[in-house]
Amino acid sequence: MAVGLSGFAFGVTSAGSGLTVLQTCALSLLVFTGASQFALVGALAGGGNPFTAAAGAFFLGVRNAFYGLRLSQLLALPRAVRPFAAQWVIDETTAVALAQPTRRSVRIGFTVTGLTLYVLWNLTTLLGALGAEAIGDTDAWGLDAAGPAVFLALLAPMLRSTTERAVAGIAVVLGLGLLPVLPAGVPVLVAALAAPAVLWAEGRRRGRTDAGAQDDMPEEDR
Amino acid sequence: MNIWIAIGLTAVGCYAVKLVGLLIPAGALERPLVQRLAALLPVALLAALTAQQAFADGRELVLDARAAGLAAAAVALLLRAPFLVVVAAAVLVTAGVRALTG
Repeated sequence: MAVGLSGFAFGVTSAGSGLTVLQTCALSLLVFTGASQFALVGALAGGGNPFTAAAGAFFLGVRNAFYGLRLSQLLALPRAVRPFAAQWVIDETTAVALAQPTRRSVRIGFTVTGLTLYVLWNLTTLLGALGAEAIGDTDAWGLDAAGPAVFLALLAPMLRSTTERAVAGIAVVLGLGLLPVLPAGVPVLVAALAAPAVLWAEGRRRGRTDAGAQDDMPEEDR
Repeated sequence: MNIWIAIGLTAVGCYAVKLVGLLIPAGALERPLVQRLAALLPVALLAALTAQQAFADGRELVLDARAAGLAAAAVALLLRAPFLVVVAAAVLVTAGVRALTG
């Protein structure tokens, strides 16, 4: 449900940012990881060059590598199948797969969730993009606020401890403060450095970096 | 053309990181520090992107109707509203403020 709505919001935002319907749909079909897609169209709308815009989207997508790592143990797919499964390695499929009790149900959960979301995400993207073209000036409808609201909704559950809040606070200051002085798209990449910076500071404060690491992934070997 | 370049790079990059996770041997990224960094990177990026998309017009910082919309979204999140309500609150408040202030 939430995915369908974000898909629609993405279609509207992307078309409102000046991308064509074809470009918008290509993003959902080929990229298929929401936060990266929102980041890319936001960066392009802000006048960023394609390389810095893609870099920001790429860094947001890096978390999927960690999902893939967890999933590859649970799914135990033959190597030949992995390139086909890879496109579906996202937040939602990982959450569903991790919640399954047996390998069979992990595979079914992953496949059903992946297929359903892929179809839903792409259909709603198309509807959103067509809708945005039909209504014309998306700003008058307040639709330019959909992007930041989606980001905030994704961010809010992550702000669990002081560390996360410190990273977010520093990133906001860097992202806004550097905006007028650095080329478009670059301030977001600099703001990403808030993550290693806070980790480093935390490690220094505790004297030993490893003690600062919190392992919130449950250990399971199946 | 620039947009297609950006789409191509993002598609290849995002697919590659997904595939890397499935292909590399388990344990390679299991170091706590790496896991921690991977969890914090989206926090930094999403925070910076939220702020920029709400308070920037091109390369200028502005305070306009979007700020009110974002505040409405924040209130909705604090009230544990579902995703749709959060986004709808932002959109409606932004449109409302714009309509009132012309």
